[in-house]
Amino acid sequence: MFLRQFPFYVLILSAIFLMVLVATFSIVIGPMTISVADSFKGLTPWANELPAHIQLVIHQIRLPRTIVCLLVGAILAISGTVMQGLFRNPLAEPGIIGVSAGAGLGAAIAIVAFSSIAMQYPLLMNIAAVPLFAFLGGALTTLLVYSLGTSKNGTSVAVMLLAGVAIGALSGAGIGYLNFIATDQMLRDLSLWSMGSLAGATWSSIALATVSLVILLTIFMRNAKGLNALLLGEAEAGHLGVNTQKLKRRMILLTAAGVGITVSISGMIGFIGLIVPHLGRMLTGPDHKVLLPLSALMGALLLTIADMIARIAVTPAELPVGIVTAIIGAPFFLYLLFQQRGRM
Amino acid sequence: MSIPENSAISCKNIHLILGGKVILDDISLHIKQGEVTTLLGPNGAGKSSLLKILADEIKGTEKSNSAISYFNEPKQNWNRGKLAQHVGILPQQSTLSFAFTVREVVELGLLPLSLSRKQAQKVTNEMLEKVDTLHLESRSYPLLSGGEKQRVHLARVLTQLSESGDKTVLMLDEPTSALDLSHQHNTLKIARQMADQGAAVIIVLHDLNLAAQYSDRVLILNEGKIHADGSPWHALSAENIAHVYQHQVQVLKHPSADYPVIYTM
Repeated sequence: MFLRQFPFYVLILSAIFLMVLVATFSIVIGPMTISVADSFKGLTPWANELPAHIQLVIHQIRLPRTIVCLLVGAILAISGTVMQGLFRNPLAEPGIIGVSAGAGLGAAIAIVAFSSIAMQYPLLMNIAAVPLFAFLGGALTTLLVYSLGTSKNGTSVAVMLLAGVAIGALSGAGIGYLNFIATDQMLRDLSLWSMGSLAGATWSSIALATVSLVILLTIFMRNAKGLNALLLGEAEAGHLGVNTQKLKRRMILLTAAGVGITVSISGMIGFIGLIVPHLGRMLTGPDHKVLLPLSALMGALLLTIADMIARIAVTPAELPVGIVTAIIGAPFFLYLLFQQRGRM
Repeated sequence: MSIPENSAISCKNIHLILGGKVILDDISLHIKQGEVTTLLGPNGAGKSSLLKILADEIKGTEKSNSAISYFNEPKQNWNRGKLAQHVGILPQQSTLSFAFTVREVVELGLLPLSLSRKQAQKVTNEMLEKVDTLHLESRSYPLLSGGEKQRVHLARVLTQLSESGDKTVLMLDEPTSALDLSHQHNTLKIARQMADQGAAVIIVLHDLNLAAQYSDRVLILNEGKIHADGSPWHALSAENIAHVYQHQVQVLKHPSADYPVIYTM
């Protein structure tokens, strides 16, 4: 499909506008009714004129949750974009090829192994040990899938997806075993990974996500031309002067870091990295210089919408956000598979 | 063997062994500037492998004295970006499946160059025009026909070489395989023109008559060795062709031009 008729700045400005709109709604919406006026007021220096319980809900629950949604959505989307470029295939997505599962297993191992220090140093646990292990799990998985599925003729979709199935099963077994041996406190933390949730958003996770997003987007943008050339094929990119080995290594590590960090913050949330880059390419084309910033905005937008649905669909209870993204994403994935079926 | 002054690529004692099979067996040669050199030979003779080694895409099997140099500078002395400005290769086929427009594909050739926006646009337009694809510029690349794709990639490689000055190597791997008659000749005329302006052009071909018409020098590879090396009249003799291809031919002079025409029996 070819819908490229809007200039880049129109798309970016529309995405920013929608993002602000959705973020505002995300602060207004929830089990406790807070008026739009009060929500806005909560974000200004005059917030202390509001009743204490409303202040608390806005500042400690809805605002951090919304910001984490925006950041995690953006990181998932740009990681997906780069991963698809790296695999030269629009079906490569961290969730589908097992990278999220690998990262989830890494995070689960960290939770169980370091449970003794978690009580004393929760911050060290949440912004260092768990993300680091999630990153390691994700990086190992990406390397494995990449070396299995990619040859000089491009990526074999079948091998890539089957590797994802195998790694998903293996990680599932690993996480299941950890659930089995875990204590109650660990179980509560572990249950988060299976479906993904943004309910645990804290200001420290916001700091981690902000730093990660800035670093990832900066490095991805610097390598945008190389990533474009890589879409031609590895040999062709090499002939254009790109150090493909170095670029690939760097992108594998960075996408794994992006996935690992999001998994450590919000658990496994699938399909954002699949849908967003695809829509982005329909709107602007595959050029990473424009696709990456647009994907970041659209990812932020999509995850915030998904999280709102998760919060209001079954009030007063809450759905795991991973269920919502899967309901939107899985049919989309099947549609892409349908389109590619001639090339498997 | 001393290196001639106008050598664009020199390689010495190149071996390539894959899975126990000898693909290239001790090849040494100089590719000269200002010439169209054509690589011919039966399937599996090692043509594409040799081209890839000359383009530094794959490495030969390590032997103590093997070496490649570009413009009399050993390969190791060239950095990637610099080499990309002077050496361009058109692959047999490309696996690009993302929906770039035709113009964007050609613009990928700008990567190693540092041109202003205006210069870049001028070069891109010129190359699109040259390969007869300007009318396709805003079409989606994956929807093109095989021949159109091949021409778009030629424009991309020509763009890449647009700042190469007097040091240019253009390598074409079966550039005419998907093209119709007029575009076959257009592509080879572009190659001819580049050589006339001083570039070293290396073409892997299957069509002996196209090789005879456009080459200054013909290299016939057989079983990893150079079987014949010389002008079309010299290399494309009936005996050479019969020996290498195991097929009887008759070689006559073109009725109105001075190059051989090969008639198959």
